[in-house]
Amino acid sequence: MLLKLESRGEISRSMLYATPLIAVVLTLITGFFLFVFLLDPSKNASAFDALYTFFVDPVIASGGIAELLVKATPIILCAIGLSMGFRANVWNIGAEGQFVIGAITGTIVVLAFYDVESVFILPMMMVAGTLGGMAWAAIPAFLRTRFNTNEILVSLMLTYVAVLVLSWAVHGPMIDPDGFNFPQTRLFHDSALLPIIWEGTRLHLGAALMLLVVLAAWLIISRHLIGFQIRVIGMAPKAASYAGFKEKKLIWLTLLVSGGLAGFAGILEAAGPAEQLVPTFPQGYGFTAIIVAFLGRLHPVGIFMAGLLMALTYLGGENAQIMLGMPKSVTGVFQGMLLFYLLATDVLIRYRVRIGSAVAKSANA
Amino acid sequence: MFGSTWKKTIGALAVATGMAAAGQAAAEDTKVGFVYVGPISDHGWSYMHNVGREAIEKELGLTTTYVESVNEGPDAERVITKLAKDGHNLIFTTSFGFMNQTLKVAKRFPNVKFEHATGFRRSDNVSTYSARFYEGRYVVGHIVGKMTKTNTIGYIASFPIPEVIRGINATILGARKVNPDVQIKVVWVNTWVDPGKEGDAAKALIDQGADVIMQHTDSPSPLQVAQNRGVWAVGQASDMKTFAPKSQLTAIIDNWAPYYVARAKAAMDGSWKSEDTWGGFKSGMVQLADYNEAIPADVVKLAEEVRVGITDGSIHPFAGPIKNQAGEVIVPEGEVADDKTLLGMNFYVEGVQGELPQ
Repeated sequence: MLLKLESRGEISRSMLYATPLIAVVLTLITGFFLFVFLLDPSKNASAFDALYTFFVDPVIASGGIAELLVKATPIILCAIGLSMGFRANVWNIGAEGQFVIGAITGTIVVLAFYDVESVFILPMMMVAGTLGGMAWAAIPAFLRTRFNTNEILVSLMLTYVAVLVLSWAVHGPMIDPDGFNFPQTRLFHDSALLPIIWEGTRLHLGAALMLLVVLAAWLIISRHLIGFQIRVIGMAPKAASYAGFKEKKLIWLTLLVSGGLAGFAGILEAAGPAEQLVPTFPQGYGFTAIIVAFLGRLHPVGIFMAGLLMALTYLGGENAQIMLGMPKSVTGVFQGMLLFYLLATDVLIRYRVRIGSAVAKSANA
Repeated sequence: MFGSTWKKTIGALAVATGMAAAGQAAAEDTKVGFVYVGPISDHGWSYMHNVGREAIEKELGLTTTYVESVNEGPDAERVITKLAKDGHNLIFTTSFGFMNQTLKVAKRFPNVKFEHATGFRRSDNVSTYSARFYEGRYVVGHIVGKMTKTNTIGYIASFPIPEVIRGINATILGARKVNPDVQIKVVWVNTWVDPGKEGDAAKALIDQGADVIMQHTDSPSPLQVAQNRGVWAVGQASDMKTFAPKSQLTAIIDNWAPYYVARAKAAMDGSWKSEDTWGGFKSGMVQLADYNEAIPADVVKLAEEVRVGITDGSIHPFAGPIKNQAGEVIVPEGEVADDKTLLGMNFYVEGVQGELPQ
């Protein structure tokens, strides 16, 4: 018995957009059975209740939507930036590092103007954060265009450097002078905190800015010449070069955009829910964003939905722990299943599975 | 509609189990929540807090809830808020990094009582508590000072905060009492729990000549490495003997259960007040696991003398003279470092190798 994968040729466009939904449905079904076996009988809840606790309750709880958006904002911002590069086959894996550096450069503004009450503080922080992320992404861009190094490795390795820079900064030059030598910056003062846009929740201005970025990215990808060039470079690099698109320019552009957005996300997270920098500030949003970018089919609207879904799995996992006494690992299991089913369905829309060599031969003939 | 019935069912259920198990008047309205920084399976820090939680359930019959592996930062605030909203009226947040989030949520829920481990900020409804682990380290220092042949102790450290530095210094002070040539090599892994990183650090330290491995991280993986490589190790937070039966000299045990039960009781009968607790051997918050049989009797006797001395107050681990690495006297002869110095400790004592990350 041999399993053979055989190309289906042309991929159906509708299937391409349907597979993420199919993956979600399959995840829900598998999750149902998982809950049947996992549920603590003493909690007296059915698998339906468990799915409800995991996927519905976090959203309908008071302030639930606000929490969902707060959690999703940095993930979506990073993923939007990354998707630009991924479309052009520029693989920035280091959004996490750019996120951290953006938070640091933005926080430098906060500490330099500590206790200064001014409306200009926040915009300055955002500019500094964006520039910081861009600068960090400029390193792999320079090395790739100049020495043809692999930007995957360079950007990934720079993530670890960034996390160590953060550790150094909060243990040293940026340490809170009143903090008993604990590694943390001061708590941001009021002018340096993003205003809350939904009273009684943690929903901050950053979420609104994220929505603007999603819309802008959508317009650029679908309407602007740059968006077209990015797509062509990704699909047919040779054709792009014949058409006179400058590959180097696009490498710089996509890395700077993705780095800038990651840095922007970093300072928004610091000035939003975090309110200060600590060594554990990076939470892996930059890496989660890679999954989200693909789950969203590299399309801004898809990424927005995928980001919300990914955020929901975090909130749902916490809910399952609090209300059903489930282990934390259910969060990871659900995220893993989602990705697994997406990849599996992706394979199946591109290839058909043939069993046995005889059938395969006749099909080839 | 479905939601509200569902919630009612769960709510009624919680109340019913609470009453059935407890049979105490206040049991049904005291619900205790826990927030852990690591997984309860770490067999170290979070595991021991969870043992304390189970003691509350067992001894008082209260309903308890926990959330494990909560990131220090924005996520913690959401989890703590959720617990408070869900009717928990006593909430333990068991990592330093939950400090600001705990205080912030506590402000919004003035009727909920909070207990924050290892922090230094309190308010009307936020207590803090920690254990004087350094007392255990000082006793262990005496043992490892005697047991090392290479005069090199390997120390896997998490973050260079006063808590951790205090442990390293207490170890070297104890060790140098019995062996003036001993030195400590420190590896900073910048994580509380990461079995892979911790194990690698242990290997690196053994390769550099350490024949005793100590740790201020939460997983038993360094002990397993020590066991494989045939060197000594010291368990952290819980008795880790099962992971390294030959190698574990002893373990410093965090015994939170009595404190947790007492605080939950206080919350039930209304006597709970915001306060700061820093318990050691005397209150039983810090304990030592059984000594390894391979430790010579005279070393065990010495260690016990020190332990008893600390318990009755006749011995203080940070009694002068204490010099820093540069040889400057920080605590003069005849004096004892006060709690303020201990809480803000930011220097290595003489005998620790390397530079303190700043």
